[in-house]
Amino acid sequence: MEVGFTLNGKARRLDVPAHWTLLRMLRDIAGSTDVKHGCGEGVCGACAVLVDGVAMNSCSVLAPQVDGATVETVGGLAAGGKLHPLQAEMVMRGGVQCGFCTPGMVLSALEAVRIGAAGSDEEIRHSLAGNLCRCTGYGKIVDAVAAYRDGEAPDDVPADAGEHEHRPEGGGSAASPGVGVGH
Amino acid sequence: MSDVEVEAGSRIVGAGIARHDAVEKVQGQTVYAADFALPRMLHAMLKRSDYAHARLRGVDVSAAEAIDGVVAVYTAADVPQNTVWVDVPGQTLEVGALKARSNVLADEVVRYHGEPVALVAAESEDAALAAVDAIVVDYEPLPVVDDPEHALDDDAPDLHESGNLLAHWEIEEGEVEAGFAGAAAVVEEEYRTQFIDHAYLEPEAGVAWRDTDGVITIRAATQVVEHFRDVARILELPDNKVRLITPYVGGGFGGKEDMTVEPYLGIVAALTGRPVRMVWSRQESLTARQNRHAVRMRYRTGADAEGRLVAMDIDILSDGGAYALLSALVLLYSTTCAAGPYRCPNVRISARTVYTNHTPCSAMRGFGGMQVALGYEGQMDRLARELGIDPLEIRRRNFVERGDRLPIGQELETVVELPALVEAVGERAGERPEPSGPRRAVGRGYACNLQSYGRCIWLNDWSSAWVGFELDGTLVIRIAVPDIGGGQASSLIQIASEVLGVPPQRVTIHIGDSALNPLTGTTTATRQLYMSGNAVLKASRELRDALAGVAAGLLEVDAERVEFGPDGVSGGGASVSFEKLLAAAASVDVPWHVLATHHAPKGIPWQADESWRGRVFPDFTYGCHAVDVEVDLDTGGVRLLRYIAGHDVGRAINPVSVEGQIEGAVAMGLGYALSERIVFEEAQNLSTTFSQYLIPTAVEMPRIESLVLESGEGMGPFNARGIGEPPIGPPAPAVAAAIHDACGVALTELPFTPERVATAIAVAGGGDGAG
Repeated sequence: MEVGFTLNGKARRLDVPAHWTLLRMLRDIAGSTDVKHGCGEGVCGACAVLVDGVAMNSCSVLAPQVDGATVETVGGLAAGGKLHPLQAEMVMRGGVQCGFCTPGMVLSALEAVRIGAAGSDEEIRHSLAGNLCRCTGYGKIVDAVAAYRDGEAPDDVPADAGEHEHRPEGGGSAASPGVGVGH
Repeated sequence: MSDVEVEAGSRIVGAGIARHDAVEKVQGQTVYAADFALPRMLHAMLKRSDYAHARLRGVDVSAAEAIDGVVAVYTAADVPQNTVWVDVPGQTLEVGALKARSNVLADEVVRYHGEPVALVAAESEDAALAAVDAIVVDYEPLPVVDDPEHALDDDAPDLHESGNLLAHWEIEEGEVEAGFAGAAAVVEEEYRTQFIDHAYLEPEAGVAWRDTDGVITIRAATQVVEHFRDVARILELPDNKVRLITPYVGGGFGGKEDMTVEPYLGIVAALTGRPVRMVWSRQESLTARQNRHAVRMRYRTGADAEGRLVAMDIDILSDGGAYALLSALVLLYSTTCAAGPYRCPNVRISARTVYTNHTPCSAMRGFGGMQVALGYEGQMDRLARELGIDPLEIRRRNFVERGDRLPIGQELETVVELPALVEAVGERAGERPEPSGPRRAVGRGYACNLQSYGRCIWLNDWSSAWVGFELDGTLVIRIAVPDIGGGQASSLIQIASEVLGVPPQRVTIHIGDSALNPLTGTTTATRQLYMSGNAVLKASRELRDALAGVAAGLLEVDAERVEFGPDGVSGGGASVSFEKLLAAAASVDVPWHVLATHHAPKGIPWQADESWRGRVFPDFTYGCHAVDVEVDLDTGGVRLLRYIAGHDVGRAINPVSVEGQIEGAVAMGLGYALSERIVFEEAQNLSTTFSQYLIPTAVEMPRIESLVLESGEGMGPFNARGIGEPPIGPPAPAVAAAIHDACGVALTELPFTPERVATAIAVAGGGDGAG
């Protein structure tokens, strides 16, 4: 059947079997490999996308359900050659390691900040409970979301790794400074 | 120390720079293994065993082959070389140097739930799935072995021709019984750890195709590009006819150290001549990919009245599952680390790993060195209580020092900063938090550990790297390193940038390709920064030295006075662009690149003889952790309030990446402590979905504070130590100690679920005397 929706600002009309999930349509037909298949059972959150602004696990939504909807994936966030400020914070604070949870994590965090569910570290943690990460221990992700919420995030970080400026000095995030107590 | 002083004014090493790969990952641009597609690509899937132990009376593939779109269905007989042999080191003549066997596809007998029985290749995923369902397997169920103690009984069925004992290490140093006779306190306990899964977010995946000159090329998520050789054996091809490419990997933790999809992709590409993709579902990954070993440990530990250790008797039994894989090496790590970072004159260690019908166990972060931390740290806390000594103080009185020998015979060559770590962590921990309400108790626990970095020295490990300039002054690194998310590639960029002055954003690194890049070994064993970092450092320095000689002539200064900067070289008040320098170099036959190899220390190989003692590893990383918990005395729920993890990393090449490794390993260790376990019932795996297998979410995790100590001593580049695995050891024993501190119950079996904690509190009288 035909499904018409807006994907990252562009109108799309795709022919898709009615039983396919949104995840499968996005990856296999729309070519959106920025949406990740982590578990296929709605638990890990790697496949999260925004449907009309609401974060949903695309493995648990049928493709025809987004007919007429607006779908946003992480690949559509950077604009004008600059990272979205939350993306910039995730990169600079070490919130990205293997990167496989990152697309879903970023979208869930964006929604949380937008609806006011990221007022404290504890609220941020609850808002991200549906997004599993096995690399970071979550602390640096929480820091990135908090910084974005507070408007500290830069909006001028290049989206091209080759142009990316490194942080000039030091290492640890403010919350967990590396302390040299040795020789 | 000299290197550290020379590099004291470092530009890039020591800076928490943003990783180039993170910029792409955060936009979803990284092309992971499952994101790659080829024209006319087939889809491959495995038919897996429903039984944990059964004879295969027949595998009927006719109905599957008849399905529209199915191109091939393969069983064991179709695989050119179906048997994979692994070396199994072990230190007794009882087992000796075993050659253990596993199969690409099950042959005659299946030995675990989920073992691959047949391989399907089809034009679509739907056709492949239908074919898997249509394969009819006629099983004759056999009795299962699901208890490692029972596996060694005379009446247990032998799962392999060699019997069920897979490997055995025996160490006895000093006079153990005489040591106990003179002890002021002796504590004895049995500890049990569970099977767990790596649970990285990226399931196993890859593609393969037959490329020019008949080279079978596999692009897959793996920690080991050297598996191209294993695939070549299976396909009966020369080694140089298989190529393995690894893109950025969505997490490994040891789970992508053994082969996963690689042999199956190779078989389909070689036998059909078509490109092929295979992606495992999460359920396949949780059911059938190898796990961390469940271990039963019996510890008897004696100390004198001042708390100094006088004797240890340690018995370790590990469940290796159905096939050998890396169990014997994992057991060697347990044996080496069994006594912990403590000095003891009289030690007996007996360690065995056995076959059962559980999912095969193999590598996972900590690799046998981490399970035993629950034992040796649990014993230190028991001795502290028995003798009335502070838990940190009793540890302080027993720490190993440089020059000491571990029971296995390895001398410790670098500084052991445990006293400084204990002090720093204790100071940071500060005041204890108050309970949040009645029937809640707060407690604090500490744990220390040691964990090796680098592979066993008799494996003669080496790493190669190619570093070269391009004419515009950009720099290229070629190295077949798999980057599994820890910043393996970006740290190498920092090292080359440091030496050659080129800013990181003007360095490009080509990673993970066994054909086009120099081999650098596995991303395992906390060896990649240590080994590949040294190789890149050596190549960069040799390149700098060669080009400095040319620059000296152009600048009319001594070569030692040539400085490398972002735009070229300078010295004596003059400067020359890279373009001019490189042209001058070419005119005098100085190449713009260097290929360098770093070799790990050598040693005497293990002997299948109980008298053998010797060096096992290059070196160790040490840590001290502290945790505050709050226990709900009614539900048994354990809430993590705060976590501090201190490690001496020698030198932090990228402090943000170092913290990332520490925080991630601690989180994994806390999942191990509190919630994760694979449940088997008669060897059937019941934990096959993420809704059943509970890794920590952001809610359960506390703020994890990394405390990074830089001693300036380590065997890696710029005196770094490895940090990927070490922080996973202390969390479980630290949580055990904190729970005891909170409510007086001493738990010995992981994970510490609310049910177990509540039961222990009830048995102890309800926790009324807690606090």
